Amino acid sequence: MEPAIAARRTRPQSGALVEAIGITKLFGSFKANDAIDLTIRPGEIHALLGENGAGKSTLVKILYGSLQPTEGEIRWKGQPVRIPSPSAARKLGIGMVFQHFSLFDALTVTENIALALADRTNLAALAREIEEVSREFGLPLNPASRIVDLSVGERQRVEIVRCLLQDPELLIMDEPTSVLTPQEADDLFVTLDRLTARGCAVLYISHRLEEVKQICHHATILRLGKVVAECDPQQETAAQLASLMVGADVHVLSADTPPPSTMRTRLKVQGLSMPEPHPFAVALKDISLDVRAGEIVGIAGIAGNGQGELFDALSGERLAAREDVVTIDGKPAGRFGVTRRRRMGAAFVPEERNGHGAVPRLRLSDNVLLTRHATGDQLIRIGVIDFSGMRTLAERIGRSFDVRKSAVDPEAGSLSGGNLQKFIVGREIDRQPSVLVVSQPTWGVDAGAAAVIRQSLIDLARSGSAVLVISQDLDEIFEIADRVAVISRGHLTEPVPTRSLTREEIGLMMAGLGEGKKKGRAAMGQGEAAHAHRP
Amino acid sequence: MRIVLEKRQTPSRSLQYLSPVVAILLSLVTFFVIFLLAGIDPVRALYIYFVEPLTALWSIEDLLVKAVPIILIAIGLSFCYQSAVWNIGAEGQLAAGALAGAAIPILFPTLQGPAVITAMILMGIAGGMAYAAIPAILKIRFNANETLTTLMLVYVANLFLDYMARGPWRDPAGFNFPNSRPFDEGQMLPVIAGESIRLSIVFVLVAVVVAWFMTAKTMTGFKIRVLGQSPRAGSFGGFSRNKMVMLTFLISGGLAGLAGICEVMGPIGLLRTSVSPGYGFTAIIVAFLGRLHPFGILVAGLLLALSYMGGEGAQVAIGLSDQTTQVFQGMLLFYVLACDSFIYYRLRIVRQPALDAATVR
Repeated sequence: MEPAIAARRTRPQSGALVEAIGITKLFGSFKANDAIDLTIRPGEIHALLGENGAGKSTLVKILYGSLQPTEGEIRWKGQPVRIPSPSAARKLGIGMVFQHFSLFDALTVTENIALALADRTNLAALAREIEEVSREFGLPLNPASRIVDLSVGERQRVEIVRCLLQDPELLIMDEPTSVLTPQEADDLFVTLDRLTARGCAVLYISHRLEEVKQICHHATILRLGKVVAECDPQQETAAQLASLMVGADVHVLSADTPPPSTMRTRLKVQGLSMPEPHPFAVALKDISLDVRAGEIVGIAGIAGNGQGELFDALSGERLAAREDVVTIDGKPAGRFGVTRRRRMGAAFVPEERNGHGAVPRLRLSDNVLLTRHATGDQLIRIGVIDFSGMRTLAERIGRSFDVRKSAVDPEAGSLSGGNLQKFIVGREIDRQPSVLVVSQPTWGVDAGAAAVIRQSLIDLARSGSAVLVISQDLDEIFEIADRVAVISRGHLTEPVPTRSLTREEIGLMMAGLGEGKKKGRAAMGQGEAAHAHRP
Repeated sequence: MRIVLEKRQTPSRSLQYLSPVVAILLSLVTFFVIFLLAGIDPVRALYIYFVEPLTALWSIEDLLVKAVPIILIAIGLSFCYQSAVWNIGAEGQLAAGALAGAAIPILFPTLQGPAVITAMILMGIAGGMAYAAIPAILKIRFNANETLTTLMLVYVANLFLDYMARGPWRDPAGFNFPNSRPFDEGQMLPVIAGESIRLSIVFVLVAVVVAWFMTAKTMTGFKIRVLGQSPRAGSFGGFSRNKMVMLTFLISGGLAGLAGICEVMGPIGLLRTSVSPGYGFTAIIVAFLGRLHPFGILVAGLLLALSYMGGEGAQVAIGLSDQTTQVFQGMLLFYVLACDSFIYYRLRIVRQPALDAATVR
């Protein structure tokens, strides 16, 4: 680890670079931001923490000019300013690196950057400038590479360099490490240190409390649109920060009893290979895996390395070439579709909630029917739907998984991400499936809901089911998985006991065992697409 | 100050039902202005168009007769549109049904009676289904865009109908008119009320009730809705998109074919070079105006039939071109679609924020 990172951080004592004073933003009658005060000093990394829906995005959009506050004012170096648009923000000296990149795959690094900077017309000169900036800030980048050949980490560097070329005094970063390996994240932290050493301020949005503690000088914590605390994150424990965010002590997961090791295999995958379904997808290469009764197996990996393709092959949305490639409870299922596999006792929770796991414009009770129409719940009699049975089921799932909703049976799309996810996971666990395959169970879900979901997965496994969790979130894998395998460019490693690995070892495996580049659409993988337009 | 279209958090339920009403009112206002500009007394013209057809028993009967094919087709189309299959070729499927059904009395002029009538109806349905299966297969097998294929197939069917009526199936005793031989009573649908209301009106009522039951109560209707709204979720639910494409095409083709044969076996009574004044296209408007709901379609179908009646009346009374009806129908569809966007979006007028003052200070 770089010594610069380990060093004790103190907040610079300079005057404010940006002050947000009493920022309030109304959407209809909903207060997304409620009298928020925020002060960012030059040269500091300022963490903005909060659950989903706490108002972080709204506040950042106001600072970056894409939203206008209903009340309150913004001061830039002490002067009141109005920021009517992102381009005005950039002129002022505010740059932003989004969670979801906006790069053209077919163009080179230089071309992509030139598109964003209207005044740079000399591409050769720009390429030199890019090289210079990337050297200066520790962002190794070849200006002539095409985006499609770059790893996610490299794509993020392109975005950062693009911002740096405009000499920002404030850089806003939205969950920058959510797509990075631990090693890539460490490189990013070095860059951030060099930036702050030159007096640039960074507003850093993250869910990862450990890294906030590691690199941030100061933290502002939002809850329900209000500032609930400001603190020095290094003085707090991660648990203290988390409880400030959720407003209560976070439920600690209990998985005391280790899984019995002699249990039978309930889900078996043997030599699963599949060509890529379209040019931007990943081919699966000879994947083998077994999940035993009572255990949770985690599949770690960076977005877009074949997780979506693997999920489709397991759920039966894509059929394998031979029937013995996928075995559920000892019976070959490789040629069966999703309904047949459900009848065999398997259940599935896809990564994308809206439009895959649920139909947003249908009611919750209708969404119960989506996966439960053929699983022995007697919801269909001679083709006719039993609506009251569906509502009863939806009620039961809502109660046992604490789904908070605005009406008795609202449209799925009206629920917040966390509540919809609880509902979807609950819909499957309520069946007591013998095999559960779940992809990104807590992606973009607040800490409270995530705890509920993870606990329910553990409980399901301990009751004798086999649970396979595909997740990009290493913390999650370490928290709940008994064994872990890593997927990288369509290859899956042999699962090993989670406790036998360190984060660094997994990180190296995620990066393709040290191979620098990951082909394919890592940055624009299905993982991100699912979350790209959530407000 | 600027005007922005802002996405609503939840779609507006009230606008869902208000939108067609507003669209009708806006169409009437626009019509009023057009008449005014054209120097026609707008009050009188609108009266002739939309009120006069309702003042006499015979014209109400005629209205129902015209509404029958429109509603039948629109019911079928509502299945397609709910599953996001954009079949706009019902006009051609109607012609195919008319041709298939009319083959029996033309090729076997002596056959008569209830069995023949039943056979003709079944042939009509089968003809429409078969013709609709073509774009369905093209879509499933080659991913061909059905808006193009169905529309193009309309011209194929209409030209084939034209050819048959002028050529092989022309009545030798028909003084060279491009018509088939006129059918006998035993080859037509029986009149069940008034002068001209035939059995086909019962088909309409049955279709409305069955369609309502299917969409609202059965698994098939559920699958159609899910696949129409999010195909990915549909496949996750284990529903086959391809099967549903075929099914909805067969339903709408069958109902369009039924409408076609009912026209031939009823009001027209023989096969002509054209058996429909565009009912297949009007039904598209009716399906949307009726919110893709069978009962809504029933009402909307009557309204659009009224516009046909009014068009004829206005032609006679004030010498308006019959194209006026098409203008009205097109305008109505335009306004419905425009109003529908406000179900999901709202207009907001954004004034400069009060922070302007801060900049000055």
